[in-house]
Amino acid sequence: MGKVAIIGVGQSTFVRKYPGSIRELAFDGFREAICDAQITARDIDASVICSAPEYDKQRSPAGVLAEYLGLNPQPTVYVESLCSSSSMGLRLAYSLVASGLHDTVAVIGFQKMSEISSAESQERMGRGGDIQWESPFGTMMPAYYGMYARAHMEKYGTTAEDLALIRVKAATYGQINDKAVYRKPVTEEMFADSDNMMSNIVAAPLRVGDCCANADGSSCVIVASEEKARAFCKKPVWILGVGAATTGVNLAERDLFSGLTVAQQAADQAYRMAGITAKAVDVAEVHDCFTIAEMMAYENLGFAKPGEGKDLIRGKETYRDGSIPVNVDGGLLSKGHPIGATGGSQIRTIVMQLRGEAGEIQVKDPEIGLVHNIGGVGLYGNVTILGR
Amino acid sequence: MGKGKNIDERFKKFGTVSFTSISKVNNFIGHLEEGKVMGTKCNKCGKLFFPPRADCCHCLSSDIQWFEVRGKGKLVTYSTLQFAPIGFEDDLPYSIALVDYTEYKVFGRISVNVPAEKIKVGVEMKTVVNTLPNGQLNYVFELV
Repeated sequence: MGKVAIIGVGQSTFVRKYPGSIRELAFDGFREAICDAQITARDIDASVICSAPEYDKQRSPAGVLAEYLGLNPQPTVYVESLCSSSSMGLRLAYSLVASGLHDTVAVIGFQKMSEISSAESQERMGRGGDIQWESPFGTMMPAYYGMYARAHMEKYGTTAEDLALIRVKAATYGQINDKAVYRKPVTEEMFADSDNMMSNIVAAPLRVGDCCANADGSSCVIVASEEKARAFCKKPVWILGVGAATTGVNLAERDLFSGLTVAQQAADQAYRMAGITAKAVDVAEVHDCFTIAEMMAYENLGFAKPGEGKDLIRGKETYRDGSIPVNVDGGLLSKGHPIGATGGSQIRTIVMQLRGEAGEIQVKDPEIGLVHNIGGVGLYGNVTILGR
Repeated sequence: MGKGKNIDERFKKFGTVSFTSISKVNNFIGHLEEGKVMGTKCNKCGKLFFPPRADCCHCLSSDIQWFEVRGKGKLVTYSTLQFAPIGFEDDLPYSIALVDYTEYKVFGRISVNVPAEKIKVGVEMKTVVNTLPNGQLNYVFELV
């Protein structure tokens, strides 16, 4: 199979409530990626449209978006794996290009979560779990991840204060990301202050400050064959490894609660395919839908041994100038988490880092970047490794 | 039989809000009504399933029998909710949890009768049928 590159990336500004429809929202990310790649819609051979269903009323959004973005008559397809939809879309685009079927494929992720209320959204997300056997108990994402946080704390002595440090780091960078929803500073003191909203329990042990916010947003990643990449692009970023895994949707099917097996397995596959180990990664984007999710990602990706993730954040090793910078764009915790758009936004950050175009958050001379994107409660795991 | 035929929608009775009406394991609800929490066992390969399944993914058999979730398991982990998804607000606060019976695990809620200070990872718990204030049925974990 031939090499596959990313030649263009874009995302909309992530906002609480986008003043437009899903097709208009998708246009924002798409336009930025097309301009970035310096191509036109006619250069795109196929599109992969990614979101999680039931936030808006549109059935089969791929057709609507392809029309609005000027991508007819090329083929399009809808892909969903909840919060990792656009990483799964990238995996599909990779295979379409690597197989030689298409030369250039656009992966477009979007989510307009503000069409429904926050409580409705929690119910939708809870139904990303097992609706027959779990949802009738009143499940929601913070509670599921709260169960993982409890298990991690029990097993390794991780504390609520350690988790707060992850949010503080996210906010450090979220403040300077003009595409982020949440741009205010967050301090450890806010978590310690019972009058501060950040310290309010959502689903113990997780507090408001441990949770990312719903957002409206879109992203776009343009993937191309080596030949097209060299023709179109001065700084192609190569897809070196793609890993993906699943596990039982019902927690009763699982054995590990202090980590996500899908992340471990997807990372193993991606590292093997890229011919590297965790040590080679210079900069990473991980799926910090909750602070505990980033803590587990440190360990599941091999940046720290199991139970030692807390040492990384205590030592500020995952800050921009640390040994393994993670989520230096503010992560989901600051950017917000428009489900289907999130993976593409993570990819965009790493592509800009590898091109040396990340501005204030630029990590020093990175060669290898990693994206960890999780769907559901550790149900779907995607790890993508990119290189210059 | 046309109009006169009764459709078995017993699964609607499971939990505060059920999102499923018909399942091949609708008898789970019948067993709850009799005060029993039951899983299924594959008659061909002997594998135990909780939650119950109508079909065995190990040997592809649909020949199953019911077994009762008895005795005690250990609390693996839990989370106590202060916010609830739509439809569950009246139940707050409540704790969702996982209990390990070694051969299988059970996902559910901790009984509101268990004092918060007694809820600890590793504590021994049993699974009992519970009738919710709205008349729906579920099961909860209680201290042994």
